[in-house]
Amino acid sequence: MPDTISFRLNDRPVDLKVDGDRPLLWVLRTELALTGPKFGCGSGFCGCCTVLIDEQPTRSCLMPVSAVAGKTVVTIEGLAQDGQLHPLQKAFMAHDAMQCGFCTPGMILRAWGLLHTNPQPTEAEIVHGMEENFCRCGAHPRIVAAVQTAAAEMRGGR
Amino acid sequence: MSTLEYRPVDFHLEVDPPTFSPPTRREFLARLGGGIVVFVAIGNLATAQEAFRAAGERPRPSLPTDFNAFLRIGENGRVTAFTGKIEMGQGPITSLPQMLADELEVPLDTVDIVMGDTDLCPWDAGTWGSMTTRFFGPALRTAATEAKAVLLELAADSLHVPASRLAAKDGVISDTQDPARRITYAQLAKGQKIERHLTVKPTLKDVAQFRVMGRSVLRRDAREKVTGAAKYTADIRLPGMLYAKILRPPAHGATLKSVDTSAASAVAGVQVVRDGDFVAVLHELPDVAEGALEKVKADFDVPPPHVDDKTIFDHLLGMAPAPTVVNQGGDLAAGRQGSTRKFSATYLNSYVAHSAMETHAALAHLDGGRMTVWASTQNPFGARDEIARALGLDPRDVRVITPFVGGGFGGKSFNLQALEAARLARAAGRPVQVMWSREEEFFNDTFRPAAIVKIDSGIDAAGRMTFWDYEVFYAGDRGAAQFYTVPNHRTASSGAGWQGPKGSHPFGTGAWRAPGNNTNTFARESQIDLMATAADADPVEFRLQQLSDPRMIRVLKAAAEHFGWTPAKTPSKRGYGVACGIDAGSYVAAIAEVAVDAAKGTVQVKRVVCAQEMGVVINPEGAMLQMESCVVMGLGYALAEEIHFKGGEILDTNFDTYTIPHFSWVPKIETVLVEANDIPPQGGGEPAIVVMGAVVANAVFDATGARLLQLPMTPARIKAALKAV
Repeated sequence: MPDTISFRLNDRPVDLKVDGDRPLLWVLRTELALTGPKFGCGSGFCGCCTVLIDEQPTRSCLMPVSAVAGKTVVTIEGLAQDGQLHPLQKAFMAHDAMQCGFCTPGMILRAWGLLHTNPQPTEAEIVHGMEENFCRCGAHPRIVAAVQTAAAEMRGGR
Repeated sequence: MSTLEYRPVDFHLEVDPPTFSPPTRREFLARLGGGIVVFVAIGNLATAQEAFRAAGERPRPSLPTDFNAFLRIGENGRVTAFTGKIEMGQGPITSLPQMLADELEVPLDTVDIVMGDTDLCPWDAGTWGSMTTRFFGPALRTAATEAKAVLLELAADSLHVPASRLAAKDGVISDTQDPARRITYAQLAKGQKIERHLTVKPTLKDVAQFRVMGRSVLRRDAREKVTGAAKYTADIRLPGMLYAKILRPPAHGATLKSVDTSAASAVAGVQVVRDGDFVAVLHELPDVAEGALEKVKADFDVPPPHVDDKTIFDHLLGMAPAPTVVNQGGDLAAGRQGSTRKFSATYLNSYVAHSAMETHAALAHLDGGRMTVWASTQNPFGARDEIARALGLDPRDVRVITPFVGGGFGGKSFNLQALEAARLARAAGRPVQVMWSREEEFFNDTFRPAAIVKIDSGIDAAGRMTFWDYEVFYAGDRGAAQFYTVPNHRTASSGAGWQGPKGSHPFGTGAWRAPGNNTNTFARESQIDLMATAADADPVEFRLQQLSDPRMIRVLKAAAEHFGWTPAKTPSKRGYGVACGIDAGSYVAAIAEVAVDAAKGTVQVKRVVCAQEMGVVINPEGAMLQMESCVVMGLGYALAEEIHFKGGEILDTNFDTYTIPHFSWVPKIETVLVEANDIPPQGGGEPAIVVMGAVVANAVFDATGARLLQLPMTPARIKAALKAV
């Protein structure tokens, strides 16, 4: 049953002997010892398990690990480069855009995908883009503000 | 094991009075090593008892009087605060060190905090009721003040200067007449083993002297939370650990008739644990355990459903004991007689789920007779005692450690998942993690109870309230007290208590952010509004006319001024609503603007101005964040959240049918902190949520003339109310 599945994870090559039907979320959290992608609902509703697959925000709880063969996976652990936080991470900190923080990794990666395709989103476009990621603590207004701040910084060029 | 095992444990029955004594100071000291350690007892235990009562809990005669807070100044000069409180997003990981740094005169970044570890922290009742800042805060500040006094004494000896000539700043004590004569806290703590136990209350800093308190500082957990480094319970890994998936009945009250685990056992690496009705499947991989659980064939006896989410209110009223009068004054009969208009209304509120993004999780490890349990809990000491009792262990052999908690809202006050993990770790002989699925979370949740409020009231020809007869069923009396001026009044409560009378609720119920007050404020503020309408009065002016409490008058005026309120009779078609409330010692007034889509029955809340007076504010940014949080979360119970059920079967099992607020629901939120530096710090995590049901209902009325008497205001209910206009 185990297949060998190769992909890039947070800028490193990974070769895994693993049952390809296993959900990516649990492979990341067990074999690959990551903790950033969170289990929230197990059904793709909440977005806590969001990771980037080939730059697309994707719910890892519903994705079989075989589907990422040959692709590039980025989790929240891989977003900072050389110890430098990504503008989104800095903006989330500056705006206090979190409380319990459990949804935060998924929020930041969802926002990354949004800004990747639309570097200059309006407030309404941010709201629309983030709509299906859930936050129970009610940090929404600050998350929207943080995405705006990060977008401005990224447009200014790093 | 009976099926009762699946029901939440009644925390109060378990630990009130506590069966076990908390660890002693001597035990703590042995664990802490050198340095200066200061213990304090909360000065006024009567106040703490009042707090429990205000939070809807039974007073605890057995609160420990030995000590409640302590801190250590280490030989490296770092200061550590130890608290049984936990961080679930509400911010004490930041605000408590702010208090400590300020009183002790040390830089904020030299303060560490240890939270929710039962081996290292003083006993604590639990993190709820917006009590951390109000009641733990003063104790911690007192400990810091006393520690500073000890350091000044030591410095006086060391520098040969009278203590009166010394001043402390940034962890250094110096001679005010010769600043070159100085010594650091680290130098003073070196080689010391000093213990102070304080009972006399020292003088805390005045607001004018605040250096760190009263300022907005960056959340201390922010960096960890944006990088994924923050560890929650399910992120803790131990060598050899197993993941458990537990068999659940299809409905509360169901009993297991037969079970066949052979197919699950046949999965490679699976271990099945069975103890009566308690059946669990364990594996080194959580998804394999889940797959194996699906292979368990179980047959349950499910009792026929007697009640559902439609019939529940009649059921509850039928079961309700005679109401107990909480508060009364004047003469109701005389009040009725003196009324020109009388109003009678019944308000309904639904069961709602906590729905924290992190489901309940625990990791248990039995090692050499000592059980260590990492748990997502608001109540680590309660968890410790429950585990000890359930497993027959000495509580001193149980340690509960609380990593970051991914949201609580009252729902993590019970510790069933921690008990399950502990039982399984003992049975399996290996560390075991239990993390509930979302479906288990909805099934095992202790929902905010459905509730009913009946109000009779009246006004005279001048539009003044003449009488107020208020009965609340199942929500408890938190927030029920009438703060408007009315000469003849009675407030009574029936069926209060987390779980209600036996047989009332078909599943577990419990505290939910500002328990009871959401229901009480919805009912009271709706009734005030409908009287204002009948009196042809502006709802803000009508309220101001009936208010005498200066704190409430101030917040209402602040909200109206910030909103730009102009008086009008309702319904004005503007879609403006107002509501006031008191919770956890804080005063709140909110004004909302809504738009109603009559065809769809939907409400878009466009703008909310929320004014709050909460005494001295420790971290203004944190306070405003909590207010915003309350506004957003409150939209859920106002507009959508409601548990559907048939008997003990919970029909909402995930976020497909149970909807929590989304980004597009969020209005423009403007928070106003009303300064009150002459009042000690009050609660901040809950108060602003209590007004959300009423402020939206009143705005919907103002927009449409339709009065909603039931929460949540779903499209179906709004369309029905619009038809009745």
